[in-house]
Amino acid sequence: MASLEAIHTEANAGQGHGSFRTVLRQLRKNRLGTLGVVLVLFIAVSAIFAPLIITHDPTRIMVGPRLADPSLNFLLGTDQLGRDTFSRVIMGGRIPLLVAFVSLGSSLAVGLVLGLLAGFGPRWLDNLLLLIFDTIRSFPGIIFALAVIALLGPSLTSVILVIAITSMPIYARVVRTQTEALRSSEYIAAERSMGAGTNRILAVHVLPNVIGPLLILVSMDVPAVIAVEAGLSFLGMGVRPPTPDWGAILNDGYSYIHESVWLVIAGGIPITLATLGFTFLGEALRDIFDPKLRKDL
Amino acid sequence: MRRDDLTQHTSARPLLEIRDLNLDFGTPRGCIHALRNVSLDVPAAQVIGIVGESGSGKSTLAYTVMGLLPENADVTAGSILFEGKDLLKMPAQARRSLRGDRLSMIFQDPMTALNPVRTIEGQMIDIQHHEQGTRGEKRARAIDMLRRVGISDPRNRIGAYPHHFSGGMRQRICIAMALLVKPVLLIADEPTTALDATLEVQIIHLLKDLQREIGCSVLFVSHHLGAVAELCDRVAVMYAGEVVEQGAVRDIFHNPGHPYTRALLECDPGRIRKSTRTLPTIPGEVPSLLGSKKGCIFHTRCPQAFNRCLQENPVEYRIGVDQVARCHLHDEERLVSA
Amino acid sequence: MLLYLIKRVVLAIAIVVVAVTLLFLMIRALPGDPAAVLLGPRATPEMKAQLHEQMGLDKPFVVQLAAFFGGLLNGDLGFDVFSRRPVADIVFEQLPYTIELILVSILWAVSVAVPLGCYSAMRRNSVIDQVVGVVAVATMAIPSFVVAVYALLIFAVMLGWLPAIGAGNGLWDRLIHLILPSLAIGISWVGYVSRLVRASMLEILGETHIRMARSFGISEWRIVARYALPLAILPTVTILGVGIAWLLSSAVFIEVVFARPGIGALIVNAVNTRNYPIVMGTVLVTTFLIVAATTISDLINGALDPRTREKL
Repeated sequence: MASLEAIHTEANAGQGHGSFRTVLRQLRKNRLGTLGVVLVLFIAVSAIFAPLIITHDPTRIMVGPRLADPSLNFLLGTDQLGRDTFSRVIMGGRIPLLVAFVSLGSSLAVGLVLGLLAGFGPRWLDNLLLLIFDTIRSFPGIIFALAVIALLGPSLTSVILVIAITSMPIYARVVRTQTEALRSSEYIAAERSMGAGTNRILAVHVLPNVIGPLLILVSMDVPAVIAVEAGLSFLGMGVRPPTPDWGAILNDGYSYIHESVWLVIAGGIPITLATLGFTFLGEALRDIFDPKLRKDL
Repeated sequence: MRRDDLTQHTSARPLLEIRDLNLDFGTPRGCIHALRNVSLDVPAAQVIGIVGESGSGKSTLAYTVMGLLPENADVTAGSILFEGKDLLKMPAQARRSLRGDRLSMIFQDPMTALNPVRTIEGQMIDIQHHEQGTRGEKRARAIDMLRRVGISDPRNRIGAYPHHFSGGMRQRICIAMALLVKPVLLIADEPTTALDATLEVQIIHLLKDLQREIGCSVLFVSHHLGAVAELCDRVAVMYAGEVVEQGAVRDIFHNPGHPYTRALLECDPGRIRKSTRTLPTIPGEVPSLLGSKKGCIFHTRCPQAFNRCLQENPVEYRIGVDQVARCHLHDEERLVSA
Repeated sequence: MLLYLIKRVVLAIAIVVVAVTLLFLMIRALPGDPAAVLLGPRATPEMKAQLHEQMGLDKPFVVQLAAFFGGLLNGDLGFDVFSRRPVADIVFEQLPYTIELILVSILWAVSVAVPLGCYSAMRRNSVIDQVVGVVAVATMAIPSFVVAVYALLIFAVMLGWLPAIGAGNGLWDRLIHLILPSLAIGISWVGYVSRLVRASMLEILGETHIRMARSFGISEWRIVARYALPLAILPTVTILGVGIAWLLSSAVFIEVVFARPGIGALIVNAVNTRNYPIVMGTVLVTTFLIVAATTISDLINGALDPRTREKL
């Protein structure tokens, strides 16, 4: 069967990385990926242009009656304080996207640096950093987040900080593994013998190799970040009222679940669509770029 | 050859008749024609060797007969008559019930062929699912067969896991399993390739003895000519998905009719008489099997290729009592002699 | 076996020690003062100093850390100044509820997901496989608290079939009260585990020993169940060990939504009342749980495979 395997690997080698246009083409072939792109674009556009879309001031109390059903004036009804739910939902999309962008961005930067340090630094530093990564990964997610919030007080900064800390080890590990592999490879030795410094090797050889897998991992972490942000707001530990936020809207709905179903629906659906959209997009990107990249590293 | 002639007279047709078999693999880059017009007979109680380079389709042929092809394989034409019935037209269930009963197989790499999480005992009892008898009887049969293939202390060692055995021992276990079900046709897919030379000889002798004892037919796939010469009655030479020459072992080895067979024989280290510092090789490489081909499949590497070879795919020319080759040279010879 | 076991346990202990140290460092590094937080804005410096002394915060960092480790060894997680009870008592009182919830959730999820994953692998690219695939990704994506609120809305509020809140009394009542919470936690695991089993099953089914089993005409179901599943299940065992962190996170939300007692409800409450010793105790116990679960799943993994079983 050796010949068959050769045929398969040969066939797989044909697919590989492609230009931006081939990525788009492959994304279009992937139906879930297309759905993901559509959902993500929809959410991003509505968040960016939120001030133009909203029909009422999202924080103004008693623009309408309390817990009203949807109507032409109040597209998704009103909440327990008589605020327009539609406007709150549209504005509420800005927070999760902001949190995802800032927290994953800083996490990526820190992870990259620590990963390179672990991969290229001395043995003891590698071991120490690995132990710290493993430790952070065994922190109990939300419970750890709550502990930090207990100390710092509930705020957007606390949420961003917690997410950045807990998502960093995976990125750092990926960078470290890649760096380690490159470090022992012969062509790095050759580069060194030709007098290339560590910085040059890192910039020219290591970075281009790790950045692709890292970005896929980041894109796959976005739905989890949105879920954590919404979850913390749902628990009342995220953004402070009256700032509109999906998790907070869901919590309002939960509190008045016996009186009106609209608030629960209005809070839950956007969270669902956002996590679904980013998940489908992330999975599709992974399938296109790196089928072998494992989700659990 | 006397013995084989006798068996051929007693049974009217060969046990296995492969006729004009064509098989494609669908890949993202196109269709790979892995087998082209393959015809081959396996008479009862004979050992038929299939030789060729890797990628020549010999293993694919073995898997086609067993019905163990991957999903992207597609038999486009031909038939495989086994005991008179076409395997390719049988429902999957009927084919499955032949496996492990009338047909069994030995695989190339004994290190990966046995299930790592089940004991030898469990696996050897499982494969007797076509047979009657209690678990104890099946176990006793398994122990007996292990003893016959040369496993010492089989009564105790049958409870062990595959990783407790060396490669050679594992291949003996695989042979024991394949023969335990008393097949009429045993397919051996390069059973000695993964073993070192001394073990190879032992395994070949073991196979030969057991084949005589049980009286089954064997389809022996190998790229090792020495092993084929030692074990087989007849041999088919495959190149790029085609059987380019077949006939009795003695004829093929002493009077090869196809330039590829000759080249193959010249490259066999075991047959090189002159002392030389460089091993001979066949220049060029096996052509890509993607898409359709015009002319003789071997013409790109053939030292004797002429115009016709580029235009027309040769048919099987009879070049002896029991030897055929797909080479236009024989058509020319016949013309000359006529 | 013994050497491997010792190595694993040493690593686990190292992680717990580093975790405690990191948490301690964090309290020091972050701008908040636990005592000030506890007492509120109107606390006088004398009150703060008194509480500092009571909580041991006036001593040097290393002494505090050593005292804390010393306490840990005796099962002492500190003292809750509000209820005037040891933190350990409070945490371990709530822990069984959470463990019960997690176990029931994971049990039903795995017993649905494993057959589903096997089926998907056997009928790869069939309609059912593709539908299961999409649904699996979707359930993995949707946060458990959203599922929980929806489940509560539909089955408890609108249909009134199942109780909405509490943990129930008596065996039957408790089980009834577990249905919706365990559904909300387990559903994403059905998706995750079924995909995981499918992927590893497909990998195993392509191996030579499976082809060998097929060459003997052994039925496909038997091959999947007896030859492939024992190997295909190994990644799932690992994931379940690691996944305890994820499970505990879900449990926090689920306990709040369904007003169940448990670790999650405890910590949310503690954060709301700024009860820092309880928060710290909960984080420690759950971290310990996670490290223990990861270690145990690693050991189970080794024991399930006869090749590593003897080397252990």
